[in-house]
Amino acid sequence: MKKLLGPLAGTALAANVAFADDSTLTIAYNVSLPSWDATVGVSAVNPTIQSIYKSVYDQYIDQNPDLSFRPGLLTEWGWNEDRSKVFMEVREGASWHNGDSVTPADVVWSLERAGKEETGNPIQFLWSTLGNFTVDGNRIEADVLRFDPTIFKWMAFLTAYVLPKDYYTEVGAEGFEKAPIGSGPYKVDEYVANSFVRLKRYDGYWGDAPEFETVIFKFLPDASARVAEVETGASDITLEIPYEEYDRLAAKDGLNGVTTPVSDIGMIFINDVGVMEDANVRKAAAHAINKNLIVDRLLRGYGVPIDTLQAPEYAAFTAETTVAYDPERSKELLAASGYSPDNPVKFKIQTTRGFKPKDYEMIQAVTGMWKRVGIEAEIEVYEIAKHFDLRARDALAPAAFYNWGNSIGDPSTSTGFSMFGPSPHSTWDTDDVDAMIGPLWGEDDEDARIAGYQKVDAYIAENAMVIPLLQFVQPIVYRDGLSVTPHVANFLLPQNVSRN
Amino acid sequence: MARLLVTIGSIFLTLLGVSVVTFVILRLVPGDPISMMLPPGATDEVRANLERLYGLDRSIPAQYVIWLRNVAWLDFGMSTQFRLPVMEIILDRLPATLELVLLASLIALALAFAFSILAVWLQVDSATLATDGLAGLAQAIPDFLWALIFILAVTLFAPMMPISGRFDPRTAQDFATNFYLLESLVTFRFDAFAELMRYAVLPALALGLPLAAGITRVLKGALEEAMAQDYVMLAQTKGKSRLGIVLGEALRNAMIPTIALTSVQLTFLIGGTVLIERQFSWPGIGSTAISAVINRDLPLIQGIVLVFALIFILINLASNELYRAADPRLRTAR
Repeated sequence: MKKLLGPLAGTALAANVAFADDSTLTIAYNVSLPSWDATVGVSAVNPTIQSIYKSVYDQYIDQNPDLSFRPGLLTEWGWNEDRSKVFMEVREGASWHNGDSVTPADVVWSLERAGKEETGNPIQFLWSTLGNFTVDGNRIEADVLRFDPTIFKWMAFLTAYVLPKDYYTEVGAEGFEKAPIGSGPYKVDEYVANSFVRLKRYDGYWGDAPEFETVIFKFLPDASARVAEVETGASDITLEIPYEEYDRLAAKDGLNGVTTPVSDIGMIFINDVGVMEDANVRKAAAHAINKNLIVDRLLRGYGVPIDTLQAPEYAAFTAETTVAYDPERSKELLAASGYSPDNPVKFKIQTTRGFKPKDYEMIQAVTGMWKRVGIEAEIEVYEIAKHFDLRARDALAPAAFYNWGNSIGDPSTSTGFSMFGPSPHSTWDTDDVDAMIGPLWGEDDEDARIAGYQKVDAYIAENAMVIPLLQFVQPIVYRDGLSVTPHVANFLLPQNVSRN
Repeated sequence: MARLLVTIGSIFLTLLGVSVVTFVILRLVPGDPISMMLPPGATDEVRANLERLYGLDRSIPAQYVIWLRNVAWLDFGMSTQFRLPVMEIILDRLPATLELVLLASLIALALAFAFSILAVWLQVDSATLATDGLAGLAQAIPDFLWALIFILAVTLFAPMMPISGRFDPRTAQDFATNFYLLESLVTFRFDAFAELMRYAVLPALALGLPLAAGITRVLKGALEEAMAQDYVMLAQTKGKSRLGIVLGEALRNAMIPTIALTSVQLTFLIGGTVLIERQFSWPGIGSTAISAVINRDLPLIQGIVLVFALIFILINLASNELYRAADPRLRTAR
């Protein structure tokens, strides 16, 4: 028996020694990375894998952990006076992981490629608003073909990564998937799909050198496996675990925890069909929900109740717009439309189950609160793909729970796209709201644009055209000896982790 | 020769049927890859452009004809999420799954044979009770729950046992093939083999335990039945030991129902890899299948289903041959 176990025991010991390796940071990560092209396809618009992309690639413009913007590969940017041109100053001294310099030609190529329909960039509609690029030294200028006031904010958002023109052209799309290079703080050392990626610190990085020489993202979609990884010391840090587990692990010797509200909103979409065309029903539904109770009891306090689609960190947030918890008012509103607890209004509410923390349980609690005032909602569980399909076809149920991420915190990418009728993501389609949002798309006075969205949010809240519930909180657990800076954009960036 | 041609023909017909059903169902169920990749602000034109790029703007029959024509040239299309050829992805990850299934099967067979033979040989109530009880427990708990139990057990009792991946991500691998376990054995790299086994044993055990239980129940029953036959009594009168009779006489006859059951269960075992691989981050075709479904990666789902179907067919064919080898009556029957 001793002979049989000998090799196993030996390797276990070897692994134990390796765990003490201080130059490696192992992250038990919640999603797998399917593709290395951060500008095309499903992965490019998946917010949960941006942390890995941001470790390897640079964005045109970067974001601080509080969502404020800072230079990325562009050091300066802006419009000319009449908003007919943009200028961008490309950083000097940045280089690709193969040693070549990052040039303005790479930036232009990346923007032009993203703007071409045939490339398949899902945000091509935005990148194509710029054209006729010219380069002078490190300065790029381009014509504004269609004015979009958020173009520079988008340069820190989905698909806004600069790729190496010469290398990509040389190896092609498939070659790039197999051997990707970027200009970020880490370079790809080994990647095993659905298992892990190992990154090595890039010594030629233009910014501050990250603390860890090696970073391993282990892809562990199963929350119990992530908990076990960090509890056994096999991983140094993990995220997106149940709040009960977070409380338990954070209180444990050798482990620490940090939570931060992130740019992820839990909301109930309202579809303007059937009984939801009755404002009394919508308002009653909104006033009947005790969001504080949901956060305190179901989420153990890890959530921020909200009344508009703007989280406190977003540009158009205002504490003035509120929707009070008032079940008596709900009863009055319903009575005005002929409904009561004995004669309830009936509709269907859809929700995911297990996609976000306590999503199904939250909707169960909501329907329980509704029942007390005279609303009988039948719960239907759907999967993510079905939600997107129904939303794109404007075929969601009268009420549907889902989440809305908005890591750049602009109101156009929350209220704008979720409430503007012509948007494929909108479930509420009425002329009054469209007339308010429409002019804001092209508003070039930033203060007026933000104020405009605040007015829209107040109008939407007053008429209960959507029911925002809460801002989610990201739990992160890490071992002693580390210091972690959480990111409001929901990123877990290895470059933001250091030793104490 | 005629039998071989019929077999090959039936394989093609089955795969064709599977491909049609999968293709149609995948396109009729709610949720499509384009909806999944539409960001905030995407317009109807963006959607139409992406549908055109991915060939989803054509009718379902037209899409199927194009797909089938390409498959005839072994081109299964490009994965929408991995952005690589489907066949390349499958060939890259299939070895990991096959090794896991093989190991799970070996564990299942070893446990089943050991417990069944022991129970029949010892012929005492306590051994029978223990075997039946353990088999009942192993079968009552599904594989994915065994996985959770093992993960929890590792946390509590064996923190050094790995619960994710196929090998230590801190070390570079230098294998020529993706059959790491087999290659390390063939090349006599026993240290590497032991290290790989450390990663494989828990997922294989989780996958193999319910199968072990099923085989144990059938094998033990068949052995007990065989031990009541006249030829066993004859062997006893000749003075053979009980263990000798179990191994030399009864086991051969008990093999026939065991082979039938094992082959059926083996197909379930392959299906079980979908969840187990995900739980243990095992980079095989099962975990790839589940991410393909979540992301509505239609070409990849289609390819994986066809490969699974082909494996099921081959297992059934192999079990038929084993059945014929074990039962001489089938070789002469017409």
